[in-house]
Amino acid sequence: MSDTRRITLRVNGKPHTADVETRVHLADFLRGSLGLTGTHLGCEHGVCGACTIIVDGRAVRSCLMLAVQADGAEIETVESLGAADALSPLQKAFSTHHALQCGFCTPGMLMSLEAFLRANPQPSEADIREAISGNICRCTGYQGIVEAALAAIAAREPTQ
Amino acid sequence: MSESPVKPAPFTYHDPRSRAELHDLLACLENTKLLAGGQSLMPMLNMRIVAPDHLIDLNRMPGMAGIAVAENHIRIGAMTRQADLHDSAEIGNHLPIMVKALDHVGHFQTRSRGTIGGSCCHLDPAAELPALCALYDAEFDISGPNGARKVTARDWFQDYLQSALAENEVLDSIRLPLWPAGTTYGFSEYARRSGDFAIAGAGVLVAWQNADIIKRLAVVVFGVASQPIRLRAIERDLVGTRLDAEAIRAAADAAKRIEAMSDPYVSSDYRRRLAAVTVERALRAAVQRAEQLA
Repeated sequence: MSDTRRITLRVNGKPHTADVETRVHLADFLRGSLGLTGTHLGCEHGVCGACTIIVDGRAVRSCLMLAVQADGAEIETVESLGAADALSPLQKAFSTHHALQCGFCTPGMLMSLEAFLRANPQPSEADIREAISGNICRCTGYQGIVEAALAAIAAREPTQ
Repeated sequence: MSESPVKPAPFTYHDPRSRAELHDLLACLENTKLLAGGQSLMPMLNMRIVAPDHLIDLNRMPGMAGIAVAENHIRIGAMTRQADLHDSAEIGNHLPIMVKALDHVGHFQTRSRGTIGGSCCHLDPAAELPALCALYDAEFDISGPNGARKVTARDWFQDYLQSALAENEVLDSIRLPLWPAGTTYGFSEYARRSGDFAIAGAGVLVAWQNADIIKRLAVVVFGVASQPIRLRAIERDLVGTRLDAEAIRAAADAAKRIEAMSDPYVSSDYRRRLAAVTVERALRAAVQRAEQLA
C-alpha cells in the first residue's frame, strides 16, 4: 500500500488540495498532478537547473524536494510570469535578445533570474553569470541570457 | 487527478514535530534515512542509490535551526540553511571564512535548502562545510533514544561518507570554537565548473603575534582524500616563524604528501598537485589579509 498524505498549497496564487504519494517529488507533482508542465525536468539530481521554481520566496530545485514537503507553501512556477500574449519584462527581454533556442532550460533560467533579481535589484554582469551558473543551457552559450537579464534591469522603472 | 510518476523507491514518510517524537521514531524504526535539506539525499533517492524503508523528514522539527554566538564559540543548529549562513551578519563577523566557502557550496538555488548538518552527515570528501568543521576542531552535539553525546571533529570523520553518527542518532548542532581577534584566513579551491565539487581545496586560519609571527595555525585540505585532512605536523612546525615563501612552500609540500584519491577523471598525482596549489593560495590570502589589517 502506498504512503499518501493530503497536502494544501498555493501555486501561482491559486490554492490546491491534493492527495500525494509521499515519495513523489515536487516537480513531478506540479507537472503530473497539477498539469503545470512549464517546469522542466532535466537531470533530476539538482545539477541542470531546469526544474528551478520559487518556494516561499526562494529559488529551489523542485526535483530535490518532495511534494509533501510543500504542504502549506507558496509556490511560483514559470506559468506565473506572463502569458503568450503578455510576456513578463524578463520573458520579453529573453525573446528580444535570443536568450533561448530549444527552450528546455528557459523555465529554470527565468525562475532563477526572477528570484535573483528580486533579492539583488542592481547586480553586475558577473553577478548575473554567477546566478545562472547553476542552470545549464546547451544552445545559447549564455551570452544572450546575460544580455536579456541586463536589458530587463535597464528597462525597469526607476524605484521611487 | 492523473497519477504522478515516481522516482524514489517506496518508503514510509515521517515528519516529527518534537524531539521526543523524533527519538521515538529513531528508537523503533529500522532502515531509516534522515532528510535534512535533501540536496544530496534527494538525488540518491531519485536514482534509487538508497532505498530506505522509512524517511524521517527533519524540516518540520522546531528549534533545529539557528546561530548563537557565545564568548568563545559559535553554535549552529544542524538544520540551518546554507543560504541563511551565507547571509548571516554573525557568520560574516565571526566566521568570514565560512561565507567565502559557502560561495563554492553548490549554487544559490541549492543553498536555499541545503543545511550545514546535512552536509556534515553526508560527508562528501570535497564538501566545504565539513572541511571547515575539521579546520576549527568543531564539536558535534548528537542525540538519540539513548541520550545525548558530544563528538570531536577528530572522531566525527570516520571514513568516506561515514560520520560517527549511529543509525539511531541525529546531529543537533555544531559548535565552532572562535579564534582570537586579529586571526586571518584563506580559502581556495579548484573545481572544473563553478559550483561543482572541488578536485582539491584548502582552508587556513592564522593567529598572529607581533603582526607577522605565527602564533597558531590550522590548515585543512579537502577533496583530496576520503575525508578532510589537517596538516597537523606542519601546523606545529610553523608556530613561532614568519609565514614567508619558505614556510608556505613547506606547507604546500606537506599537502603534496597526502595519500590522494584517484578516479577516471582525476589522477591522485593531479589531486596532490592541486592540493599544494590551493594550500599555497590560501596561505598567501591569509598573509595578505594580515597585511591589510596592519
